[in-house]
Parts: sequence; structure tokens; C-alpha cells
Amino acid sequence: MGIKEKSIDLKKRMKNALSGGGEKAIEKQKAIGKLTARERIIALLDPKSFYEYDLFVEHAGKDFDMDKKYLPGDGVITGTGTLSGHPICIYAQDFTVAGGSLGWMHAKKITKIMDHALKLKVPLIGINDSGGARIQEGVNSLAGYGEIFFRNTLASGVIPQISVILGPCAGGAVYSPALTDFVFTVEKITKMFITGPEVIKTVLGEEISMEALGGAKVHCETTGVAHFYAESEEECFNQIKQLVSFIPWNNINKAEKFPKKSPKTKRYKMEEAMPADPKQPYDVRNVIKAIVDDSDFLEIQELFAKNIVIGFSRINGETIGIVANQPLYLAGVLDVDSSNKAARFIRYCDAFNIPLFTLVDLPGYLPGVDQEHAGVIRHGAKVLYAYSEATVPKITLITRKAYGGGYIAMCSHHLRADFVFAWPTAEIAVMGPEGAANIIFRKEITTAKDPEEMRKQKVKEYKEKFANPYVAAAYGYIDAVIEPNETRKIIMHALDISKEKKVQTPMKKHGIPPF
Amino acid sequence: MDKNDDKKIRFSSINIDGVKYKTLLTEKFKHRTPYVETNLNIMTAFIPGTIVDVYIKEGKKVKEGDTLLILEAMKMRNVIQAPYAGSIKKLYVQKGDLVSKNQALVEME
Repeated sequence: MGIKEKSIDLKKRMKNALSGGGEKAIEKQKAIGKLTARERIIALLDPKSFYEYDLFVEHAGKDFDMDKKYLPGDGVITGTGTLSGHPICIYAQDFTVAGGSLGWMHAKKITKIMDHALKLKVPLIGINDSGGARIQEGVNSLAGYGEIFFRNTLASGVIPQISVILGPCAGGAVYSPALTDFVFTVEKITKMFITGPEVIKTVLGEEISMEALGGAKVHCETTGVAHFYAESEEECFNQIKQLVSFIPWNNINKAEKFPKKSPKTKRYKMEEAMPADPKQPYDVRNVIKAIVDDSDFLEIQELFAKNIVIGFSRINGETIGIVANQPLYLAGVLDVDSSNKAARFIRYCDAFNIPLFTLVDLPGYLPGVDQEHAGVIRHGAKVLYAYSEATVPKITLITRKAYGGGYIAMCSHHLRADFVFAWPTAEIAVMGPEGAANIIFRKEITTAKDPEEMRKQKVKEYKEKFANPYVAAAYGYIDAVIEPNETRKIIMHALDISKEKKVQTPMKKHGIPPF
Repeated sequence: MDKNDDKKIRFSSINIDGVKYKTLLTEKFKHRTPYVETNLNIMTAFIPGTIVDVYIKEGKKVKEGDTLLILEAMKMRNVIQAPYAGSIKKLYVQKGDLVSKNQALVEME
């Protein structure tokens, strides 16, 4: 055979391997609003940028007549490409081939591209769509998962790892996404659980649909397993593109710098964004949008633990991570879920050199037996740990209430914030004036002729004396009390002069955060 | 939420340290399980499963450690024993019943 014939032979082989699970399986995939694995990669990456590897890998199953079967690409597509011009490693499980089941060679393809990503220090995107372990390959399937989890852990904090759940992801398979940084889900397509509805029904007699057990909404709202919710695969891919525009491509480089843009001040007016009365609710996202470049805020875990808001924005064209109490929900308290949500995000930002901007307005921690018994002590401690441990520039703005333990936890000077600013509306105190006055003046109130009148008077006195930023400022716990309209200018300056920040921390293998 | 939507929203309130804050509640908060004090006389299922054997009747006297029921769950036969000597006040389940977690099985006195 000459080179021409050999090329024709190659094309024939490629055509065969590229056929996936065949027309019928592809039709079935499309009928439920899903793209095929290869189409997904092409839709996500820059046009014509994808190069596929290991197309001719064959499965290693020997038992149960598997050796007679041909599984194109062994049910997974791997390769490299570019996303918004940056290099990226990617894999996508092909549900049309043996249900995307994970056998030894399937796992080998994935771990090979993972090793590649880690070596080249480029982000890794995994598109999950798999029925689970390939039972016929037995313990080798389990070994495959283990090898993936190990690499997820090794790569954690070195390169961004993104999981996209576009189909079932069940049993052990769920732990790869759980170990990665961001999990994307799509309504009616994502299905994630350890044990499925059938097992739950036979063993426990409880009936539940796949969607209600582990659909996109459940993981975005209730469990906190996922970070992004979309109604279609297309919307999901756009969210991924948006996210990767904000994050650095590894833990050495900085995120891409964008042209500096002013906030949309016509729509987001600082003086209208927040009522001065600390008991009144407002949407803290309007305050964020009045400060950041182009009023552009990419919220993460928007539907989970809504009492805290986390996400990315830019100031002066550079990415910052934002953590903000959200008075609109549960008065912005810290609780089990919001602590977990914030702590993990803080650690993400610290690992990838993203400065932290914290907006504080919280009455403290959520009271309740359910919270105490759910371990709010150890979960709440994660926020303290994450902020204390973080060595990136840390800038804090107290807009209104900062009471009790909540004040300490929300990146106070005591946890080594670089700058703590406060608006004149700020109240830094051990608790709300009503509660404090009731305790301090208990005797005066109970023995007064008119206790209610006395109580009111004492609350008023306490408010006048302590419900302000000046007591804390007098001790130097606040660096500057600033006019709200000056906020952007001051934050910009604070970020600017923190650029070369270097902190020496005690030598250790790693800390022991309250996981 | 844009500021103009403010009027349409129906706020609730939440009390922290004696101060009532106007705010919205999350679904998870609304559906949190209220605390109920444990009644030590009632034996509950510590795991969901099936009652595969019942060795007692209402009114029967039992000694500490007597087997009351077998609760099969995750392929294990769990022996439910009498925690103290007494009598069976009420039997909530029968052989073959599927029980959910924390469901009452037997009340003793």
C-alpha cells in the first residue's frame, strides 16, 4: 500500500470509530434534548480548535463475551482545544456507546488527559454522561474510578477543574464532579445520585423520581453539590464560557485582564441600593453591581444558601472574588449551608490568587435546634478557617450590621483583612441594640415603673452610643469610614496597592480545616 | 431583584437576638424539621427497612434484652431488644411492614 492507500485506510478506520453508538442510539440521545458527546465538545470549544486523541483505543473487557464486542473509543472522547483562545483539556463520555459505561480503558483515556492537563497546567473540563461502572469489567471499573478521583485531588488547586453533568452520573461516578471546582447542571438532563430511585424503592420502600432525587434543581438548590443551573445544554455552555473568562488558567498565572469599565450607574445607584435601617431587606447584588466593572457579576451557587452571595466580578479589569451577606434572605445570617458555600469559595479564590472582596451586613448566626444539631459550630468554623488561611489581598466593606461572631467571621482585621472599610451606616457591635440593651440594662428595665418605656429609652441610648462604625474605628478595627459614593474609587486603590502582597505562614504539610 | 420589584414581594421576618428583621425565607428554612423531644419509651426504626419477625403482643411482659422484633435493612437482620424490663403498651407494626427511618415500632411502659 502506498501513502494514499494508507490514508484511505485511516479514513475508513476513523469513520468507523467516529460512528459512536450508531444511528439508533444517537437518535435516542437527541430525542431527550441531548447533543452527542462530540457535538458537545465542538459546541463548547472555539470553532475548529478541537483535536481528538485515543480514538482507536479499544476496551479491555474479556468476560461475558465482551471480547467479541467493538465499542468505538470505548465510550469516551478525549482531546485538547481552545476556549476563548486559551488551551484546554477536555473529555466527554459518549452515552451512545454502551451507555457511556466506565471500563478500564475508558478510565485510562480520562486519566491520560487529566495527567496531560496537570502537566501542561491548563484547565480540565469533564462532560459526564454515563450509566456508571461497566459491570462486565468488574473490579477494573472500580480501579478506573479510583484513578480518576486521585487525579482530581492532585489537580485540585493547581488547575481549574470543571464538571458538566449532561446525563446520568450515578454511584461512585458522582465523586469525580464532587472533587472538582465547579459543577454545571441542566434541567431534565442532569441526574446525580449515589443510589438511584429503584434501589431506594426496593430497599427502603420510598418512592421518588430521578428528577426529584438528583435532578439539576435539587443539586443547585438543596444539596449544594452543583454550582450552575441551566435550562438547556446551550445555556450551560454559555455559562461555562462566562466562568472561564473570570478564572486564571492555573495557580501560577493571573486571570486575563479585561479593559476597565465603569459600573452602570444609571441602573445601579449606590445611595438607593441599601436602606439605612438595619432591619430592612435589600438585594446586596445591587450594591455589588454599583461597585464593579460594567456592573458585571457572575453569581455562583445562586440558588443554594441564598443568604450569602458569592461570585466573580472585575475591578479595574482584574478578577475579584466577592462574598456578601444577603439581607434579602434570612436577614443575611450565617448558617450551615451559607458557611459551607462561602468557605469553599474563599479557598478557591485563595488557591488561584484571586483577591477577595467581602461585603458585610449580617445580624449573626441563625438560631435553632436544627442548626445546632446539624453542626453549625464546625461548619461555621470553616469560614473563619478559610479567611484566616487566605493570603490573597483581602478587602472588607461593612455596609450595615456586623454583629457578634458574624463580624469576626466576615473577614475582619482580626482574620488579617488588609483593609476594612465601613459606610457611615455601619454598626459594629456585639449584638443588635435591642438585644444588648435588654441584657445590660435588665435590672433598670425590670425594676422601672414603666418597664416598656424604660426599655425603649435604654435601647435608644445604646443605639446612639454603639450602633455606629466609630467605636470600632476608635480601636483601629476599621481603617476608614467612607462615603458610599467613594466606594469604588477606594476599593480600586486598595486592590491596586495590594498587588505585591506576600505573606509568610508557618511551615506545614497542610492544615486541618473542620471539613 | 431590582429595586422596583420591592413592593410586589411579600416579606416575612426572622428574630435574631431579640431583633425582628424583615426578610425572605428560603425553602429549606421553611421546611426545616421542628425539634421533638425523644420519648425513651418508644422504640423507633433507626434505619428504613422491613419488619420480618414480631415476637411480642400488646400487654406482654418482657425482660431487659428480650428480642421484640427483627428489622431487616440493607440485607442485615437487626434485632430490636427491650431496653429495660417492662410491658408492651402498644405495637405499631406487624410482620411484613415496610418502615421508614424514625418510625415508631413499639411503645413500652
